[in-house]
Amino acid sequence: MTAPNHRWRNFKNVLMQIIAFSCAILVVAPLVLVFYHLAKMGFSSINFAFFTQLPKPVGETGGGMANAIGGTFVLLAQAAVIGVPVGVLGGVFLSEYGGTKLNWWIRFAADILNGVPSITWGIVVYALLVAPMHGYSALAGGVVLGMMMIPLVMRTTEEVLQLVPGGYREAALALGISKWKTIVQIVVRTALKGIVTGVLLALARVAGETAPLMFTALGNPYWARSLTEPISALPLQIFAYAISPYDDWHRQAWAGALVLLLFVLCINISVRFLTRDRFQPKI
Amino acid sequence: MPTLDSANLMPDATPETKSAGAPALTVRNLSVLFGKNAAVKNVSLDIAAHAVTAIIGPSGCGKSTFLRALNRMHELNPEARMEGQIHLFGDDIYSRNVESVTVRRRIGMVFQKSNPFPTMSIVENVTVGLRLNGVRNKNILAERTEQSLRMSALWDEVKDRLHAPAISLSGGQQQRLCIARALAVQPDVLLMDEPASALDPLATAKIEDLILTLKKDYTIVIVTHNMQQAARASDFTAFLYLGELVEFGPTRKIFTSPAQKRTEDYVTGRFG
Repeated sequence: MTAPNHRWRNFKNVLMQIIAFSCAILVVAPLVLVFYHLAKMGFSSINFAFFTQLPKPVGETGGGMANAIGGTFVLLAQAAVIGVPVGVLGGVFLSEYGGTKLNWWIRFAADILNGVPSITWGIVVYALLVAPMHGYSALAGGVVLGMMMIPLVMRTTEEVLQLVPGGYREAALALGISKWKTIVQIVVRTALKGIVTGVLLALARVAGETAPLMFTALGNPYWARSLTEPISALPLQIFAYAISPYDDWHRQAWAGALVLLLFVLCINISVRFLTRDRFQPKI
Repeated sequence: MPTLDSANLMPDATPETKSAGAPALTVRNLSVLFGKNAAVKNVSLDIAAHAVTAIIGPSGCGKSTFLRALNRMHELNPEARMEGQIHLFGDDIYSRNVESVTVRRRIGMVFQKSNPFPTMSIVENVTVGLRLNGVRNKNILAERTEQSLRMSALWDEVKDRLHAPAISLSGGQQQRLCIARALAVQPDVLLMDEPASALDPLATAKIEDLILTLKKDYTIVIVTHNMQQAARASDFTAFLYLGELVEFGPTRKIFTSPAQKRTEDYVTGRFG
């Protein structure tokens, strides 16, 4: 029964399916390859000392990246302190207040900022903080990561707040609850998981930033004793070790990259976990 | 002659005699405009206290807009503008020194789509209006919870699971929870915007029974698409058409001997 042109159509159909499937595989393949390679090269160098010791001078084997791991957490904490309140409140403004025109411009600006190359952020904060303070500092590193988080958090917050059905806002306002309390206690509470998800993804994104930290946090082979001193971070340490000529440092760089990848992976998995039973409003 | 429950459902009293005291709401020359379009045009009527007033009319006739103007909910739409006066027991609710928040505490609202807050338990939903307005006393909160849930005929069904999520309730129960939530702040007037239109007949009957009980303590204004519902549950009926008040009077009169031809055509189902 099948006419020749049907056969040709079926063939095209199958062909397109194969092409699409191959492209989908191409998306996943790098993750698998990167993870496999990092695990192969870095896993043997991960040990207790790696997490607890400072780097050893050239020539001595052993040592670890405790300063870089700690530094990454210090930088991320500072970034969160700056990026989360400003980003979330900015998202609240975009979603709940403001004129359409003004909001369009703010949204537009945030989207442009999200596309700004990270090295540019580094130079901006270098000019704003590092140069006036006459020195690289952990503070400047935290500020640059925080600034990068703001537009990310702002846009995701706005998007999840927009998903909260208007009926809840009306119900609260009709009870004589003020607008601000309605937003905080009803709207934000309903969308809280989504907001936390956005914050975590933004943290995961800036955790791997290297270029902006070169202009701000600089890196430090020792513990930073205050926020005004340069501080190390995993991406900085990985970079420094990777371009060095020493085999031992190369191994440590692989291990550091593996740890960083696992850290980001952990964040992403917890996001999956959070969104799995994410409240779906009945509409 | 009608017998049985007719005395209760369709009072012979005219609006004037029934509201011999003061009407709960007096609406004078109310117009609501969205940009240049008038959704409600120059409506004047008195809403009797402790009675059920139904607003009927075809879709788009402005009945929901009218209802929302009664507690200033239309102000959520930045395009909306109102003209005229509305007094609640003599107080001008649009007076410059009256906050919309204050008005809405005295004039509660129940919506077409039940909307209990999904992040809250049953009891939290009931008390949310009190808690967010600063009531902390646990005894008062517990007392109001039971009182409101009893009044909304939900107490017996939920008293053993007050801390269960509100969205675990059935559709009809959720709507009665929304009524309880509105009652807990002790308003004078309860506005209902098609409160049963999304419910099955059994749940609808429960809501209608509830309305008849609640009118002892509250003044109720209900917008409905359902002609039978207006006839069963209301004391007075206003018929709106294209934003204008065509006729207003005791429900029995509107449904049996309306003064206007258009009213008769609508209530008998000849148009709309």
